[in-house]
Amino acid sequence: MTDTGQTTIDSAEVERFSRMAAEWWDPRGKFRPLHKFNPVRLDYIRQSVIAHFGLDARATRPFDGLRFLDIGCGGGLLSEPMTRLGASVTGADASEVNIEVARIHAAESGLDIDYRATTAEALADAGERFDVVLNMEVVEHVADVNLYMRKCAEMVKPGGLMFIATINRTMKAWGLAIFGAEYVLRWLPKGTHQYEKLVTPAELDAALAPTGMTVLERSGVSYNPLADRWARSRDLDVNYMVLASRPGA
Amino acid sequence: MAKADNDFDILVAGAGYVGLAAAVSIAGAAPDLKIAVVDAAPEGVWQKDTRCSAIAAAAVRMLEQLGVWQAMVGEAEPITEMIVTDSRTADPVRPVFLTFSGDVGAGEPFAWMTPNKIMNGALREKAAGLGVTILQSTPIERFETGPGHVTLHTPDGREFTARLLVAADGVRSRLREQAGIRTVTWDYGQSGIVCTVAHERPHGGRAEEHFLPAGPFATLPLKGNRSSIVWTERTADAERLVKEDPFVFEVELETRFGHQLGALRLEDTPRAWPLGLTLARDFVTDRVALAGDAAHGIHPIAGQGLNLGFRDVAALAEVVVEAARLGQDIGTLDVLERYQQWRRFETVQMGITTDVLNRLFSNDLGPVRAIRDLGLGMVDRMPALKTFFMRQAAGLTGATPRLLKGEAL
Repeated sequence: MTDTGQTTIDSAEVERFSRMAAEWWDPRGKFRPLHKFNPVRLDYIRQSVIAHFGLDARATRPFDGLRFLDIGCGGGLLSEPMTRLGASVTGADASEVNIEVARIHAAESGLDIDYRATTAEALADAGERFDVVLNMEVVEHVADVNLYMRKCAEMVKPGGLMFIATINRTMKAWGLAIFGAEYVLRWLPKGTHQYEKLVTPAELDAALAPTGMTVLERSGVSYNPLADRWARSRDLDVNYMVLASRPGA
Repeated sequence: MAKADNDFDILVAGAGYVGLAAAVSIAGAAPDLKIAVVDAAPEGVWQKDTRCSAIAAAAVRMLEQLGVWQAMVGEAEPITEMIVTDSRTADPVRPVFLTFSGDVGAGEPFAWMTPNKIMNGALREKAAGLGVTILQSTPIERFETGPGHVTLHTPDGREFTARLLVAADGVRSRLREQAGIRTVTWDYGQSGIVCTVAHERPHGGRAEEHFLPAGPFATLPLKGNRSSIVWTERTADAERLVKEDPFVFEVELETRFGHQLGALRLEDTPRAWPLGLTLARDFVTDRVALAGDAAHGIHPIAGQGLNLGFRDVAALAEVVVEAARLGQDIGTLDVLERYQQWRRFETVQMGITTDVLNRLFSNDLGPVRAIRDLGLGMVDRMPALKTFFMRQAAGLTGATPRLLKGEAL
């Protein structure tokens, strides 16, 4: 597959991917939890990027001129909003299926996004550099956290930012994010998350320490079942986000 | 993002106050969104609307925030006092059961009577200033939703596309029907006669609502020694009355209006509007949001139709602008559902309240009269309840969208 949006997949396959794209983007469908979770992530990214780079909070395209990497982009749930906010976005996912789905949906939305079926390692080794690296809900799925974080950090330009979102390894996280979300509520397919692969804030700090990145802040993300809405909180026990920057040039 | 001429971010169907206010609210807060308002009526027809509307305090605050009220206030008459009576038509003296006076906030009348064409004109001017396209003589025959957009077709073969369609095309909304959204409806068999009268003496900013057996008879103060009349009768009677010789009509009117303000003179041709309750089962579907009467046509008994419309606009604008700021696709269900959650409960509540009020008051049975008179008398003696009614009349209860609090989006 090339990087230009062209594809060698036949039309029956394209139709299958279109159906999958519709599924990825159906707010009432299989990815409903991600859609519910999305506004709180988008709001955090928007506010932090605007504050860090001193951008105009009133602008509808405040990210004009910034280069973003969305690593583990899936169907493009973050890449598309970032593009609408003005960023020039590279969306990377190891799954060719996800990338094809994301490309089809971006075309339907009239958005120009550079989607690539590749890995963080490959991008870093090719010398790609970004103002903002979005590293959301990926670190708990990788084989080598330290190597992965080093490669992601390498791609952050001096003065740039990296957002990391993941799930803590606590009994509470096991109860809510695995037993609750996968077995009781069936929000996620069973086996989406494996307890031993979850990453604690301390482990993330340790992985970031040798990379020259500075952790700016950590915040929790908690679910309010009554409002059926996610909000930022101080509770890092389950879902949490870390904001780190590379000191300026 | 350069877009083709007929490709928009938001298309609003219906250039009434709801559609125009929606366009102005969103365009003012998110100037990069490309917005068009399309309307079936030919150019200039809106200027022929002679009706007036009572705009509640919260809606006035919103219009002020939008920079529209400033162009209207000169033509608006504040309602500073409101009385409610329950009477038979022939009763020489109508005992007053409810008196509302004073302001919602310091120096704030609880509503303003404003000519519709003044409001519409002020909104149009603001919309044009914000770069909103207004297209008259553009009826929408049908639309279809595709991935990422909605396409609208006119009978003469024009096509428009948008990410979000706001259906503000009135109580008999064709777009609502096209979207497959069903309604709950109730025909009251009543019509509202609307007209304007001049009288000899000043009204002193007082609005009156008399609950007569055929339905409520309301007088609302206008600029100068003039009042707007909203007079409910059974549909057959209403249609007969508006076709009568003006002299006969004036006599019937005087019987109800009374002589306290001196001789009356009709200023326009009375018209009758059928009244009913129409509530949409859903306010949204993929890429479509209903607003105003398209979502809810309620009985005008409490004067809440227009103000519910402004509440829709304020909530919809807040939801759409926030989604645009987060880079979300503004036409998707996860965005629009927030608007629906926000508005649907209150609307159904208001629909039922006005329905019950109407059934209770359009009635001449002795026991029913006794109970409701007792009820109104008690409301008058209980300050908390009275405050609630007044604040409800001013549109200030419920989880309030920012624009209605007079705050910027």
